[in-house]
Amino acid sequence: MADTRPTASIEAVESGLAAQGYIASRQIATAVYLAQQIEKPILVEGPAGVGKTELAKAIAAWRGMKMIRLQCYEGLDEAKALYEWKYAKQLLYTQILKDKLGEVLGGAPTLEAALNQLHDFGDVFFSKEFVEPRPLLQALEQPAGCVLLVDEIDKSDAEFESLLLEILSDFQVTIPELGTVVAVSPPTVILTSNSERDLGDALKRRCLHLHIGFPEQKLEERIVESRVPGISQTLRRQMVGFINEVRTLDLKKLPSVSETIDWARVLVLLQAPELGHEVVKDTLNVLLKYEADIEATMPQVSTFIAKASRQGVFG
Amino acid sequence: MRENLHRFFRAARGAGVRLSPAESIDAMRAVSKVGFADRAILRDTFLLTLAKTQDEKKALGDCFDLFFDQPEPESPPEDGKAEEQDTQGSSAASDSPGETGGGDEQPEGLGQLAQMLLAQDRNQISAAIATAASAASLSDIRYFTQRGIFSGRILDQMGLQRLRDDLDNLTATNPALAERLTNALDGLRGTVRDTVSQALMLYGREEAENLRNEILRNAPLSRIEPRQVEQMRHLIRQIARRLRERYSKPRKRQRRGHLDVRRTIRRNAAWGGVPFLTAWKRRHRDKPKIVALCDVSGSVARVSDFFLLLIHSLHEVVDDVRSFAFSGHLIEVSDILESKSPEEAMAEIMSKVGFGSSDYGSSLDDFEHGWMNAITPQTTVIVLGDARSNNLDPRADILRRIAERSKRLVWLNPEGRMAWGWGDSEMPRYSTFCTVVRQCATAKQLERAVSDIVASYQ
Repeated sequence: MADTRPTASIEAVESGLAAQGYIASRQIATAVYLAQQIEKPILVEGPAGVGKTELAKAIAAWRGMKMIRLQCYEGLDEAKALYEWKYAKQLLYTQILKDKLGEVLGGAPTLEAALNQLHDFGDVFFSKEFVEPRPLLQALEQPAGCVLLVDEIDKSDAEFESLLLEILSDFQVTIPELGTVVAVSPPTVILTSNSERDLGDALKRRCLHLHIGFPEQKLEERIVESRVPGISQTLRRQMVGFINEVRTLDLKKLPSVSETIDWARVLVLLQAPELGHEVVKDTLNVLLKYEADIEATMPQVSTFIAKASRQGVFG
Repeated sequence: MRENLHRFFRAARGAGVRLSPAESIDAMRAVSKVGFADRAILRDTFLLTLAKTQDEKKALGDCFDLFFDQPEPESPPEDGKAEEQDTQGSSAASDSPGETGGGDEQPEGLGQLAQMLLAQDRNQISAAIATAASAASLSDIRYFTQRGIFSGRILDQMGLQRLRDDLDNLTATNPALAERLTNALDGLRGTVRDTVSQALMLYGREEAENLRNEILRNAPLSRIEPRQVEQMRHLIRQIARRLRERYSKPRKRQRRGHLDVRRTIRRNAAWGGVPFLTAWKRRHRDKPKIVALCDVSGSVARVSDFFLLLIHSLHEVVDDVRSFAFSGHLIEVSDILESKSPEEAMAEIMSKVGFGSSDYGSSLDDFEHGWMNAITPQTTVIVLGDARSNNLDPRADILRRIAERSKRLVWLNPEGRMAWGWGDSEMPRYSTFCTVVRQCATAKQLERAVSDIVASYQ
C-alpha cells in the first residue's frame, strides 16, 4: 500500500501523522509537506527525546513505506554506510573457478593472447553480485521508495558528512567500479542531530532545517492523550503543567516529551487519581536522570504541584 | 510578488541570515507550493528553507514580522505596488485612482499630491509612499545618517515641489484650505520618516553592526567604556567561533610516507596475509597545549579578561589550557573560568589577586615552585602583561627556564613598542628569552596573536 504520490495538503500530513500516534505541530507538518513537494531532505535538530526519530518512524508507518535506519557514530565510514565488496565471496569464487579458468585459457598460445581472452570476460568479480549494499545503497534500491533515517549525524565525522552530500542533493551514489547508482524512486530522507557539533554549511544548505523544541502545553497534552489513552484529563493537565514548571529550572537535563510519556505511563500504572506530593516524590526519577537535578527539584515540588493544579482549575 | 520576495531576501541578509542563491531558489519553490494565503505557514516555510541555525531562525522570524508588517492597509497598496513594477514608479503611475478620490469640493488646478492629502485617503497615500520609496531605491539604505536624504528623495518623488506651488497659490486665495494642506503635509512628513526608519531597520542592520564591530575591533581594549564591554564579549565570541571553524578540523595525512607493516599484516590476516588492504603510518598532530600567565593589575586587567575569555572559548581547537593570573602573587584560575560565567569569574579572580601592584619576579617565582611541571615540550606559554615590575627584581632567569622547557614562549604586551624599556618596563630583558613578542592592545591584534599560536601546531 505504498503511497508515493505527494500529499495534497499540510492538513493531510497532520492528520496522517496523527493516525500513527504522532501529534505534529504545524511547523513539523509544513516541513514534511514541503520535503515531499520539493524533494529535499529534512534536517531535524532539537534536544534529546522530543521525537526526532519518532517522526521518521511515523512518516514511514503512515505512508506504508519501509524505514531504513543508519545510526551514526564516530568512525562510521563508507564501507559500513554505503557498500562493501564481498571479499570472501570473491576469493571463494576465484578458487572454485580456477579449473574453469584453466579451460578457458587453455587454448591460448601466448601469455598475451591469454590476457586478451581474459579481458573479454569483463570485470566479473566487480559486478553487482559482489556488492554488499549498506543502508544508504539499500535506500536507493527500494523500488517503492522508503524513509531513510540518518540518525544522530552530529556523532559522525566531518568526512562522512561530505559522503552524504551526493545522496542528499541528487539521490545517487557513485561506486567507482560500477558507475553511478540513481535512486529508483527518491527516498524521504530525515537527518537528526543533537547539535553536539556544528554541521557543515554544505550539508545544511541541502536540507530543510527543522528545529523541534519542547512542545507547548496544549500540544503536549494531546501527545500524552494519544500515547497514553488510559490517563484522566485532570491528571494529564496537572502533570503536563508540572513538567512545564520543571523546565523553567536550570537543570542538567530537562525532561522532554519521551520522559513525559514515560511518567504518564507510570502514573497510570500506579493508579494515581491526581498529582500528589508523595507520588511525585516517588516517581521523580522517571522524569529526571541526574541525582543533582532531582535534588534541585525536590524542594520545589509542592509549589509546582500547587501551580499546576491551579492551572487546571482555570483552564 | 516575486519582486517582494527578492526584497525580503535582501532584508533577511540585512538581518544577518546567510542566504545563498540556491537557498533563495529553494524558498521560491517552496513558496510556490504553499502559496501566500496563510501568513503563519508562509513564515514557517521561510524558517524551514532559509534559516539554518537557531539564531538565524530568530533573526529571520523578526525580520519576517517587520517586513510583512510594512504595508499596513491590506489590498490597495498591493495594487499600487503591482503597478509600480510596470512603470518603475513614475509619479504618474497612481494617477488614475487619484481622480476618483479627488472629490467634490476641492478647487480645480491642484496637484495630484495636494488632492490626495485633502481627500485623506490613507490607502492611496501609503500606496504612493511605497511607489516613491521604490523609485528612490529605499532598500539601498545602509546607515542612519542617510535617513534625511532618503526622506527628501521620497517626498520629491511624490511631487513635493508641486505641492509647495499649490500652497503658495492657496495662501493667497484660500487660507483655510492652505492650513489644512499644511497640516496634512506635516502628517505626511511623519509617515515618510517612519517608513524610512523601518527600512533602515530592515536593510541597514547588518551594515551598521559591521561598522560598529570594525570600530570596536580596532579600539584599545583597556580603554573601552563599560557599556561596550558586553558588545566586546560578543565580538570576542565571534572571533572564537571563527578561529574554531578554521582550526578545529584535523587534517589527516593518510596514505603518505611509510607503510605500517604491522597493522597491514594484522588487517589482512583473514586473507592469509595477502595484503588486500594497506595501512599507512599516520603523522600524529598535537592539538595546542597552552599555559597562559596573565597580569591582572591595573590597566592590563581588561585585556587579560578578554584574552582569557577567548582562550577558554576555544575548546574544540585547543586540547588543554591552564591559566594563571597574577599581580603581586600568582594563582591558577582555570577552574574558576571553566565553571562560572565570564563576569562572575573575572570578579572572583579580581577579588583574589587583582588590584595589587604587579611584581613579576615573585609571580614567576610562584609559578616555578607550584606549576613548572605543567610545561611540556608541546606547550606554548603565553605571558600577557606590560612587564612593569615596579623596579623589583624581574627574575628573568625563571623566564629563561620556562622558555627552555616549552615549545614556544609568546609575550603579548598591551603597550606600544615605543614604551617598552622606558621607566620600570623590563620588556627588553624578558624579550631575549621569548620566541615571539608582539603588541596586543585591540581585539584585532588579539585575534592575530591567538590565530598564529594555534596555527603553529597545524
